[in-house]
Amino acid sequence: MSVMTATLPPAAAVRSVADIRRDFPILAREVHGRPLTYLDNTASSQKPIQVIEAMNRYYREMHANVHRGVHFLSETATAAYENARLRVARFINAPHPKQIIFTRNTTESLNLVAYSWGRAHLKPGDEVLITEMEHHSNIVPWQLVCEMTGATLRYVPITATGELDFEALPRLLTERTKVFAFTAMSNVLGTINPVAELVAQAHAVGAIAVVDGAQSVPHLATDVQALDVDFLAFSSHKMLGPTGIGVLYGRRSLLEAMPPFLGGGDMIREVKMSGSRWNELPYKFEAGTPAIAEAIGLAAAIEYLEGLGMDWVGAHERELTTYAWNRLHEVEGLRILGPEPARRGGLLAFVLGDIHPHDVAAILDQDGIAVRAGHHCAQPIHDHFGLVATTRASFYIYNTPEEIDRLVLGLYKAKALFDL
Amino acid sequence: MDDLYRENIIDHYRHPRNKGHLDHPDIRYHDVNPFCGDEITIELKLDGDRIVEAAFDGKGCAISQASASMLTEEVIGKTLDEVKAMSKDDILEMLGIPIGPVRMKCALLALKVLKAGVWGLEEWPE
Repeated sequence: MSVMTATLPPAAAVRSVADIRRDFPILAREVHGRPLTYLDNTASSQKPIQVIEAMNRYYREMHANVHRGVHFLSETATAAYENARLRVARFINAPHPKQIIFTRNTTESLNLVAYSWGRAHLKPGDEVLITEMEHHSNIVPWQLVCEMTGATLRYVPITATGELDFEALPRLLTERTKVFAFTAMSNVLGTINPVAELVAQAHAVGAIAVVDGAQSVPHLATDVQALDVDFLAFSSHKMLGPTGIGVLYGRRSLLEAMPPFLGGGDMIREVKMSGSRWNELPYKFEAGTPAIAEAIGLAAAIEYLEGLGMDWVGAHERELTTYAWNRLHEVEGLRILGPEPARRGGLLAFVLGDIHPHDVAAILDQDGIAVRAGHHCAQPIHDHFGLVATTRASFYIYNTPEEIDRLVLGLYKAKALFDL
Repeated sequence: MDDLYRENIIDHYRHPRNKGHLDHPDIRYHDVNPFCGDEITIELKLDGDRIVEAAFDGKGCAISQASASMLTEEVIGKTLDEVKAMSKDDILEMLGIPIGPVRMKCALLALKVLKAGVWGLEEWPE
């Protein structure tokens, strides 16, 4: 074995985090006279200059409305928009770019499935199974669609360590279950769920599997064919891309059989006063002028992540999460929700004694440290643990151990202020 | 920070004044701030239209709870009309700390609850 090639790292592993940070203009700014420590990545990530420039260049040089235009700019914009779809398809190993539907965000993607597939297929007696660790965006659409169709909504409970209760699963996932919708990674507990295994169990009872990938796709390599998911929803803005664009991947046979979600321009083949016929995939689900610049920004974000390699992204975050887990446990009175680092993604939600999370976050903010405080759009999890809110620190490619040290110092400051 | 969490705020949060419930209050009102789950109940005892006793109960962040604690001290001895005339600025002055737009709801929840009670509302009008 040649020494030269034995452990050749992926191209990006040779880039230092300091070097990566230089790509993110916002990380150079100060907040309240302190260097910004951005630990709110679960809510939204920052953007590298490559994404900002791609969108800027689009508006400076390429903008026109997409599809049907016969002039140069419209063709250029259409090519760039469709190229973005192709990039997304490759990133998650979708069989065909037609199966990539651009939406506004994960929430809209999940609503699309619930309304379009759900209303067409669910009836009284049917069950929709979700989990207690879902974000509101994977709860409320199902509540609404169950109300409309008469189907029953059930929840897989979570254990004390914040993992799905696999012992309860067989009695909940039955031949009555038509949809099993679950998150690949909890945005509060950090728990990484065994997606392929859960999908297989759903298929075994004839249910479709809908996966909320908002937290997993930005951080873990995703292969929709290997996972065998029926639907996967995720957002651009949590993976270095712009806000305003999200993705729904769907199994082709399911998408083709589904009625449209929104009606309007672009989604039709023919409109007569007596009725309309729908366009082919993916346009059937993309009514109206899409977020063109945002799609191009998302493509640039994917290119950036691929340059680093998703394996490197995952490894970097595991390292940071383990470090943060250990450092936070040094703080007396601090309790972290969810499983240990080996079974979680790069986020830690915690409570610090009886200090209200909004106070913790406000004190950290004064030192330029951005964390999130609240129920993180996941009230059922907080109810489960008897909490109103938690403080959450979350990491991405540009975070460093020094930033975690700053967080810990800030927590000691909060404790001192509150005599804890 | 030392601005937002000045000693008097922490003191009122850690050692709230008039916390608890009154026997047979003349006025009682409760409300929550759904944004962060802050909760405040205010109870008043009257002599004519003058407040002679005030108490609050609740849970939430230091700003919301300190604001309620201070407000109960502030209103004892005031008439109902004087309470009705109280404004957001009175609360900000009472707290004596800079409150940004995000925390404004925390700071003002106690006043909202107090005024709703004093105006005799059953429920805060949307």
